Amino acid sequence: MVTSNVSYTKKMMAHFANPHNMGRLDNPDGVGKAGNPVCGDVMHLHIKVKNNKITDIKFQTLGCASAIATSSMVTDLAKGKTIDEALRITNARVASELGGLPPIKMHCSVLAEQALHSAIEDYRKRHPHSPAKPAAKKGSAKPKEKK
Amino acid sequence: MRKIYMDYAATTPVRKEVLKAMMPYFMTEFGNASSLHSIGQSAAEAVEFARSTVASAIGANPEEIIFTSGGTEADNLAIRGIAKANRDMGDHIITSAIEHPAVRNTCADLAKEGFKITFLSVDKDGLIDPVQVRKAITTKTVLITIMHANNEIGTVQPTREIGRIAKENGVLFHTDAVQTFGKLPIDVDGLNVDMLTMSAHKIGGPKGVGALYVRKGTQLKAMQTGGPHEGNRRAGTENVAGIVGFAKAAELSVKEMGSESARLSKLRDRLIKGVLSGVKEAQLNGHPTKRLPNNANFSFLGAEGEAIILKLDALGIEASTGSACSSHDLAPSHVLLALGHSPLEAHGSLRITLGKETAPKDVECVIRVIPKVIKELRAISPDIKEMKNVKWADYKDDHDHDHMHGEEED
Ligand SMILES: Cc1ncc(COP(=O)(O)O)c(C=O)c1O
Ligand code: FES
Repeated sequence: MVTSNVSYTKKMMAHFANPHNMGRLDNPDGVGKAGNPVCGDVMHLHIKVKNNKITDIKFQTLGCASAIATSSMVTDLAKGKTIDEALRITNARVASELGGLPPIKMHCSVLAEQALHSAIEDYRKRHPHSPAKPAAKKGSAKPKEKK
Repeated sequence: MRKIYMDYAATTPVRKEVLKAMMPYFMTEFGNASSLHSIGQSAAEAVEFARSTVASAIGANPEEIIFTSGGTEADNLAIRGIAKANRDMGDHIITSAIEHPAVRNTCADLAKEGFKITFLSVDKDGLIDPVQVRKAITTKTVLITIMHANNEIGTVQPTREIGRIAKENGVLFHTDAVQTFGKLPIDVDGLNVDMLTMSAHKIGGPKGVGALYVRKGTQLKAMQTGGPHEGNRRAGTENVAGIVGFAKAAELSVKEMGSESARLSKLRDRLIKGVLSGVKEAQLNGHPTKRLPNNANFSFLGAEGEAIILKLDALGIEASTGSACSSHDLAPSHVLLALGHSPLEAHGSLRITLGKETAPKDVECVIRVIPKVIKELRAISPDIKEMKNVKWADYKDDHDHDHMHGEEED
């Protein structure tokens, strides 16, 4: 049976054991979904936006311990941020806030970043009069087109 | 916190009696079994005694046993040894889609050298259909290698039937019996096998030692060059202490097999019943009855295997999973996929394997804890009803590895 050979930081394990901002929102302003059909990993992110600021955010994740911990961290980081600031949260930032992730688990943090981007995209689609997109961010993942 | 080890299919602790039997061969009886002086001869005697013990455990003759560094080497020796010795007779090997990597990757490697490999599919319970084996045989077939029982899902194959078909067609038959040796009765003639793989560390013996049974008269090419050890078939100074420990573990397992397998099957069935009744949207993987006495394997929708393992571990319970998230290549277990599972189903797999130290109270504890752990993880997960028919088109896909690695440095 395939086995993992990964070691996790205390901080990561703490977020896994007691994730923050778990669940969903009633009447969200944006819903983001990221996932990987090959692994079976799934992440949903709900955001509430007021005056261009993320006032509330919740996640639901079906994935490994890193996926759960990065979901929790990305919601912590995005809460209270403006849309532009939230878009600058990279997966690398999420991982480093957790004290780092094993290389093989970095993609779980990508999932978190993509779910956030997808939620913001969805928010913008629903609210076409919100402020225009910011300039391209440095060093961060460009959200890929939906397949 | 009391630890409950439930990963006996991965490995087992060395038994006291085994360690005791091994001890003299490290310092007092440290001889090289090839040496002519007395201490060497005493090592040689110990190895030969061990050889007869292992042989008699499977109804073989001592000279048909080759000691190796474990199950992996024995599988390699059997498959490569036959393929290379019979290259001019044919280039076709039949195996199954659910073999252990020791067999699977060895076959895949031979495919690169020009061998043609047939990977037979299994049914939803993990069973091979012997009729399919017969149909797959061609004039070029030199070997059939199909495991006795699967290490992940515990399904026991109709090995005797497959062996009969191999025999009728004059094709050599190898079976990896690492998970059955010492647990189910094995008789090499009854099973119609020409080669059979065993490993010590799954039955209370030490790691790094095992054996390959090779029927007398079978042409096998040695895989490593060196001295004339093991009848010119496996060069290298024998791991005397390991071999002695292996034989002791084999002797004890065979002696206790009847009572132990009855005891474990009962615990296994209690575990399966308890978990399936305690958790909704749970299924048993593998065959309901044709399975190893110590194996239970479940899939839970809406929970991921690595997360389950870590939650259980935090509660002192040690088990394993076939989830993609726990593998190095982020692919779900090939065994679960071969059963027809979607990656999402394979995602929530949990393997619990019992052994010598497993007590009824351990099983009861696991039955109590699993529903809690699954509930916790499901509370984090999107709704299971929605997960049952995920529309992947709505999702961003994180499989962008270039990007992933680019981000790793900072
Ligand atoms: C079915 C099967 N074959 C082969 C092996 C490899 O045996 P070893 O660990 O002795 O190399 C194992 C155990 O990991 C196994 O379960
Ligand atoms: S979600 Fe699958 S590896 Fe993290």
